[in-house]
Amino acid sequence: MARMNMIEAIRDAMDVKLGQDDDVVVFGEDVGYFGGVFRCTDGLQRKYGKSRVFDTPINESGIVGVAVGMGAYGLRPIAEVQFADYVYPAYDQIVSEAARLRHRSHGQFTSPITIRMPCGGGIFGGQTHSQTPEALFTHVAGLKTVLPSNPYDAKGLLIASIEDDDPVIFFEPKRLYNGPFDGHHDRPVTPWSKHALGDVPEGHYVVPLGEAAIRREGSDVTVLAYGTMVFVAQAAAAETGIDAEIIDLRTLLPLDLDRIEASVKKTGRCLIVHEATFTSGYGAELSALVQETCFYHLEAPIERVTGWDTPYPHAQEWDYFPGPARVGAGLKRVMEA
Amino acid sequence: MTYYKPLSLYVPEPSVRPGDKPDFSKFAIPKAGSVRRPEIDVSEEEIRDLAYGIIRVLNRDGEAVGPWAGVMDDETALKGLRYMMKTRAYDARMQKAQRQGKTSFYMQCLGEEAIAVAHQMALSPGDMNFPTYRQQGLLIAREHPLVEMMCQIYSNSGDVLGGRQMPVMYSSRDSGFFSISGNLGTQYVQAVGWAMASAIKGDTKIASAWIGDGATASNDFHSALLYASVYRPPVILNVVNNQWAISTFQGIATGQSVTFATRALGYGLNALRVDGNDFLAVYAVSKWAVERARRNFGPTFIEWVTYRVGAHSSSDDPSKYRPLDESSAWPMGDPIERLKNHLIVRGVWSDDRHVQLDAELHDEIRDAAKEAESHGTLGQGPAPSAKEMFEDVFKEMPPHLRRQRQQMGV
Ligand SMILES: Cc1ncc(C[n+]2csc(CCOP(=O)(O)OP(=O)(O)O)c2C)c(N)n1
Ligand SMILES: [Mg+2]
Repeated sequence: MARMNMIEAIRDAMDVKLGQDDDVVVFGEDVGYFGGVFRCTDGLQRKYGKSRVFDTPINESGIVGVAVGMGAYGLRPIAEVQFADYVYPAYDQIVSEAARLRHRSHGQFTSPITIRMPCGGGIFGGQTHSQTPEALFTHVAGLKTVLPSNPYDAKGLLIASIEDDDPVIFFEPKRLYNGPFDGHHDRPVTPWSKHALGDVPEGHYVVPLGEAAIRREGSDVTVLAYGTMVFVAQAAAAETGIDAEIIDLRTLLPLDLDRIEASVKKTGRCLIVHEATFTSGYGAELSALVQETCFYHLEAPIERVTGWDTPYPHAQEWDYFPGPARVGAGLKRVMEA
Repeated sequence: MTYYKPLSLYVPEPSVRPGDKPDFSKFAIPKAGSVRRPEIDVSEEEIRDLAYGIIRVLNRDGEAVGPWAGVMDDETALKGLRYMMKTRAYDARMQKAQRQGKTSFYMQCLGEEAIAVAHQMALSPGDMNFPTYRQQGLLIAREHPLVEMMCQIYSNSGDVLGGRQMPVMYSSRDSGFFSISGNLGTQYVQAVGWAMASAIKGDTKIASAWIGDGATASNDFHSALLYASVYRPPVILNVVNNQWAISTFQGIATGQSVTFATRALGYGLNALRVDGNDFLAVYAVSKWAVERARRNFGPTFIEWVTYRVGAHSSSDDPSKYRPLDESSAWPMGDPIERLKNHLIVRGVWSDDRHVQLDAELHDEIRDAAKEAESHGTLGQGPAPSAKEMFEDVFKEMPPHLRRQRQQMGV
């Protein structure tokens, strides 16, 4: 066991796989000599050499395009997109190519690639350093979408993603890199070194894709959350005294629907939270699935607390972010309905 | 069977890294005045060599020499010096404000002042720049109100953008400064579209597109060159080659090409390469390209060669990836010093007047900052209202946004 923050855990996952498997390569903007603007690849080029860990031009469609080509050859590329906000030029390569290659070639060619990208607000990054566009990927057939909330999961899920034979979109909530940020931006964040989930086993282990984790057991209401919102939901439960069962989805696709269903059938109520915009967000999919599987067990309408349907603002960042007060109010609404 | 050695991947690397001695020995700098000055209706084939040279006007002794000299009168040159010094003083003040927690982020253009300032002075009101985050000199040379710029940096109640955008992502339609996007490259091709519109409407306005060396790698850069080459609209395609893209040296963006200017040759575009730290050269070449565009001879692609003296941004630490003293080894000097020396040689300036002007500008910037701070800072408020974020998503607010705004309770 070692104490790691999320950056170190992510780096360690890549280190383990680079060491175990010659087919693993890592690349993206500023990831080589410098080690990435968030330091996630620091030291990897020195250790594994320039032809396995390297800088790319500022061209995201190229980053993913060459990853698809390398994957077709038989490598397991890990591509970094510097911010999720910059993935859009690569969208065609991801959606039309990586996601469908297996299907259209009847399995002759595949895309065993992992595309990592920091996401989420909380650093005053304005509209181009704050987005979490998970729903743009969960909507696409052929992609897996992962969004860890802590160092332990980040390492295990990243190793599982690298080993997965299909393309995986791997979001890293940047506000969690250094500690379990719970939305109270006016308070210091406890570092991961003081949190149980900052205990990260050395070497190889996986957290399987498609398995959610229960972060808090409870009987009043089920909260479906992922990434930063897991800790916001925990704060909201503590502050409202509502006995919420908080499920950290960890993987959005494939989704652990069994665990969701069991929990909602137990509590009879459901609150869904995410940081991205409301309309057509992943919460809409979750809400539909809960309705379809648990309708006769529901005692109240399903609630959603999310970012507003506006671009992520700079000065009003904390009015936009669905913090503990808004999630707490959401919890009360579901309980009172 | 023929035997082939196993292949290996080539990955470009800069010749020096932290701890090494800065090395610009392979960087060829033609003598000032040595590059010819073609007519503005010249065809691309006739000036292909200009994509490999460097147009320079100021020589080591501070004299203006060669065919690109003689374009700028004393008054314009003195104005340019003032704008450059103002830009530098503005940057220093805002950088400090960021360090003091008055805002979240800042980006300087230290060492690159000549490019935006001289270029703006060659444009006319009505023309439109599509800038990157490092062209604050365009606004300053247009005498855009400093207080308004600072209020944007502070995201305060006086911010005309309502606190929506990160610091330095200015927008001013009136000052010919298109709204900056954080996504690199996107605006390069938009400038081409704006210029096409001017041509479609039979207007006489031109567009000026801006991009960094690193971002020339983007798809939109190539789209811009393609559309510019096909429709020949009145657009200037500027590349500010400051050698670095965060930690990535320019070799990752150029690949096998020697210069960025040669990128344009494959598209059949007229391309020039210019000393971006030479105020007179920037002005003369900008004037040339502006005239060319306005007379309907089409686009000009210009690589401005310069050096990013400061960090990429307030979040960056360049000592992690390049020699600390690399900027002082940069062979093309400092644009302000070079223009100052030239003006002294011309007999219209002195060290004393320079010091005096510097002090004057610092006072002006200080006073503007005080006024801007009276409208608040990001650290202390007052901030623009939370309501702001629901405005302008659409022209008219649809019901779902009205509902959300109500839910928010503002
Ligand atoms: C599409 C996109 N990808 C990545 C980034 C992150 N990024 C911001 S600035 C920058 C470097 C740009 O370098 P360059 O174009 O040379 O401009 P300079 O900063 O040197 O002025 C990068 C990679 C971005 N803003 N947009
Ligand atoms: Mg650059």
